Amino acid sequence: MNTEKNIKTLIVKKPLKLDCGKTIKDFPIAYETYGSLNSKKDNAILVFHALTGDQFVTGINPSTNKEGWWSYAVGPDKAIDTNKYFVICSNVIGGCMGSYGPSHKDHDQKIFGTNFPVITINDMVNAQYNLLDHFGIDKLFSITGGSMGGMQVLQFISNFPDKSKTVIPIATTSSHSAQNIAFNELGRQAITADSNWKDGNYTSNDTNPGKGLAVARMAAHITYLSKKGLQEKFGRKLQEREDLKFGFDADFQIESYLRYQGSVFVDRFDANSYLYITRAMDYFDLAKQFNGNLSEAFINTNAKFFIISFTSDWLYPTQENKDIVIALNSIGADVGFVEIESDKGHDSFLLDVPNFLSALKNFLDKSYEEN
Amino acid sequence: MKNEFQVIADLIEKDKKVLDVGCADGTLMKFLKDNKNINIRGLEISKEKVQECIAKGLTVIEGNAEKDLKQFPDKSFDYVVLSQTLQAFLNPELVLDELLRVGKKAIVTIPNFGYWKVRFHLLFKGTMPITKTLPDEWYNTQNLHMCTIKDFFHFIKSKDIKIFKSLALNNLNKSTINQSNLGVKNLFADLGIFLIEK
Repeated sequence: MNTEKNIKTLIVKKPLKLDCGKTIKDFPIAYETYGSLNSKKDNAILVFHALTGDQFVTGINPSTNKEGWWSYAVGPDKAIDTNKYFVICSNVIGGCMGSYGPSHKDHDQKIFGTNFPVITINDMVNAQYNLLDHFGIDKLFSITGGSMGGMQVLQFISNFPDKSKTVIPIATTSSHSAQNIAFNELGRQAITADSNWKDGNYTSNDTNPGKGLAVARMAAHITYLSKKGLQEKFGRKLQEREDLKFGFDADFQIESYLRYQGSVFVDRFDANSYLYITRAMDYFDLAKQFNGNLSEAFINTNAKFFIISFTSDWLYPTQENKDIVIALNSIGADVGFVEIESDKGHDSFLLDVPNFLSALKNFLDKSYEEN
Repeated sequence: MKNEFQVIADLIEKDKKVLDVGCADGTLMKFLKDNKNINIRGLEISKEKVQECIAKGLTVIEGNAEKDLKQFPDKSFDYVVLSQTLQAFLNPELVLDELLRVGKKAIVTIPNFGYWKVRFHLLFKGTMPITKTLPDEWYNTQNLHMCTIKDFFHFIKSKDIKIFKSLALNNLNKSTINQSNLGVKNLFADLGIFLIEK
């Protein structure tokens, strides 16, 4: 979890009114940057992370000592080329990698826990908008992100229509579906059912709802993969044994894999943050903010959109991405769309999927040339 | 660039907004963007071709004209271009109606099944014609609804569609089609190019 070291933080002095009605001020946003901002300040790309991501997009993440979550896409000569572009990413508020969240302390020096205000995707992007002022950037070259990162992309350009030249939402939706909410609720129930959760006050009770959080992660992880991908990788292969053991140990490799995914997740993520961020995703419904007309969300922007989905993504399927394309076309916006063939499921955007990475690179580089 | 594209490009004035339906690798789009300052969009069904368009810096939407044209508002483009694809749709009439709804004008080109080489092939060889514009075998062709220039000419007349220009193309020779020379053009043109409006 957050080790405080190696974490760059911006303290936002300006009060921010949250959707829940509460106002926060003097709060921290933890961020990281890659590449350098040019003298014209026209090469900045703001990357938004997904549910369990953080500001450490690429290279070694100092808190996990593993590769950053988007190392395939971001770095020197990669799709988002840090030789060329200045990449900024910040931890969302509600998160647990240094930005203002439920593991922070209130005025009475008491850890917030579930007393932290419920935040939304709108609150997240309004908080992150302060980074533009911090770097003196008038207009970003691009904003991008997958999954919940894509939701932030859509909300950002709706809130700040003239603040980015290009807009790249990936494997996302403009409104969380009943199935999305259902999976998130399953995760939250797993956490709150863990007796170590202690109504969210586990830190002061010196406990950790690790079992619940691990189950939440395991359930979610299944939704990030495709049936075909799972079958090809694991099938019914057994885990370090010749035959079934007629017990409840991890007989199958897929069981062992999920248990491992759950256990490593607990070491780097905060259970209350998981509750808060999944809630923010569930509350996301961009069309509802505009009386049911999604097109209205984009009516004031001249930005160039490029939307990407994946064939085997059943969490945020192609049709939900296409609905955004349709909303943009109906107002004559500049929008391109491609569905990438991949059997790696929703996680495709994080993985080495060459057609995805080349499309992303070509779109960015060609758009930058036209600058 | 093929001569057909040059003829299409000549029909479009500078600075217009154009949708290229079935834009393939974006050759025509790129030409229009670079040479006529056209605000150009493409619709293309093939993932590989979409990638080629993106690599050229073109705005393209992966999609199927039969399903995906309906998302565009009425008359939202000055021109909608459909090059040698009408015959490949399940319902060409519906696609034609959609082109004319979305575009103020449409430019439609058709490979002419009345071309003498096609007739010759069928008459003397007795097998399905294979020519430069119809290169595939009957069992693997995309074409479902072949027509002749004469068929198409009569069809649009019957639908009260206005013809601004109808051109016959045979290699590099371009000529105008009208009611009186229809029979001749239908025999000697490889391709028909129609600028129409509803």
